[in-house]
Amino acid sequence: MTSATTKSVYWEGVRAGAPFVIVVVPFSLLFGVAATDAGLTLGQAMGFSVLVIAGASQFAALQMMVDQAGIALVLLAALAVNLRMAMYSAALVPALGQAPLWQRACVAYLLFDQTYLASVKAYEERPAMGVRARIAYFFGVATPITPIWCGMTAVGVLVGATIPPAMALDFALPITFLAMVAPMLRTLAHVAAAFTSVVVALALSGLPSGFGLLIAAACAMVVGVLVEDRT
Amino acid sequence: MSYSTAEIWGIIAALAVATFLIRFSFLGLIGNRPMPPIVLRLLRYTPVAVLPGLVAPLVLWPAATGGHPDAVRLVAAAVALAVGLWTRQVIWAILAGFAALYIGLFLSGAF
Repeated sequence: MTSATTKSVYWEGVRAGAPFVIVVVPFSLLFGVAATDAGLTLGQAMGFSVLVIAGASQFAALQMMVDQAGIALVLLAALAVNLRMAMYSAALVPALGQAPLWQRACVAYLLFDQTYLASVKAYEERPAMGVRARIAYFFGVATPITPIWCGMTAVGVLVGATIPPAMALDFALPITFLAMVAPMLRTLAHVAAAFTSVVVALALSGLPSGFGLLIAAACAMVVGVLVEDRT
Repeated sequence: MSYSTAEIWGIIAALAVATFLIRFSFLGLIGNRPMPPIVLRLLRYTPVAVLPGLVAPLVLWPAATGGHPDAVRLVAAAVALAVGLWTRQVIWAILAGFAALYIGLFLSGAF
C-alpha cells in the first residue's frame, strides 16, 4: 500500500465520520452545561471529555456525583456504561490485531460508538483493505468527531453558567439518554432488557445510589439473552 | 456536590484509565484469544441494560420539581423516546424532546 492511497483512505474515513458531528455537537454541549450545573470547573469538565472521552459514561458519572454517591459507586456506574466497549475492542481484533501496539493503543483511546460503527461497516464492506489502510480509515473517522467533542464541552461550560434555571437544563441528561437508547431498541430482546432495567431500577431506588442500577443492569443483560434465545 | 477537588480529579483519572483499559482489553492485552460466546452476548445488551435504569428515576422523580412527577417532563421524555423509536436518529430525538420540554414549560407559564 503506497502512502498516497493510505492518505485517500484516511479522507474517506473523515467523510464517513462527518455526519456524526450533528449528534456530537449537542451531546458535548449538553455535557458542558450539565457539568457546570453540577458544579464542576471548566478544567474538570474538559478533563472528562479529553481523558475519558466517552459521552454516556461521563453523564452517568456526573449524575452519580450530583446524587452524592460514594466514589466507588460513581466509578462502577460510569464503567458499567462503558463495558460495551470491551465488545468493540474484541470485534476489532480480527481487523486491526496485526497493527503495531502503539497504533492499537491510539485506536483504543479513540474507540467510541461512532468510530466503531463506521469503521466496522467499512471493514466488512471492503475485506481487501490492508491493516495500514484500516488504521488510516479509523483515524479518519475520529478526526472530525474528537476535536468537536472536546471543544463543544468547553463552549457548554462557558455558556452554561449564563443559562437561567427556568431553561430546565436538568432535563438535558434524561432527554439525551432516552434519545440514545430509543434507536437501540431494535429487537424484542433489547426492549425486554430495557424494560427490565427500568422496573428493577425503580423497585430498588431505595438502595444507596448506584446499587439498584448495577443490579438492574445485570438482570437486564440476562433477560436480553434469555429473550433472544426464545425469539 | 460535596467532593473535594482532589476527589473529583481522582474520579476523572480513574475513569480515564479504566475506560482506556476496557477499550484496550482485547485489542492490546488479550489479542486473538476468543471470548466465551455467552460473555459477548451479555455485553451486547450493556447499553440498553444500563441507560434505561439510570434515566427512569430522573424522569419520574425529577430533582428540579422536588422529586414530584412533572407532567411537562414526562411528556418531553415520552416525545424523545417516541421520536427516537420512529426516526432511529439520536439527533431528532434530542431536538424533539427539547421542543416538547420548552413548549410544555411555555404553556405552563414557566417562562
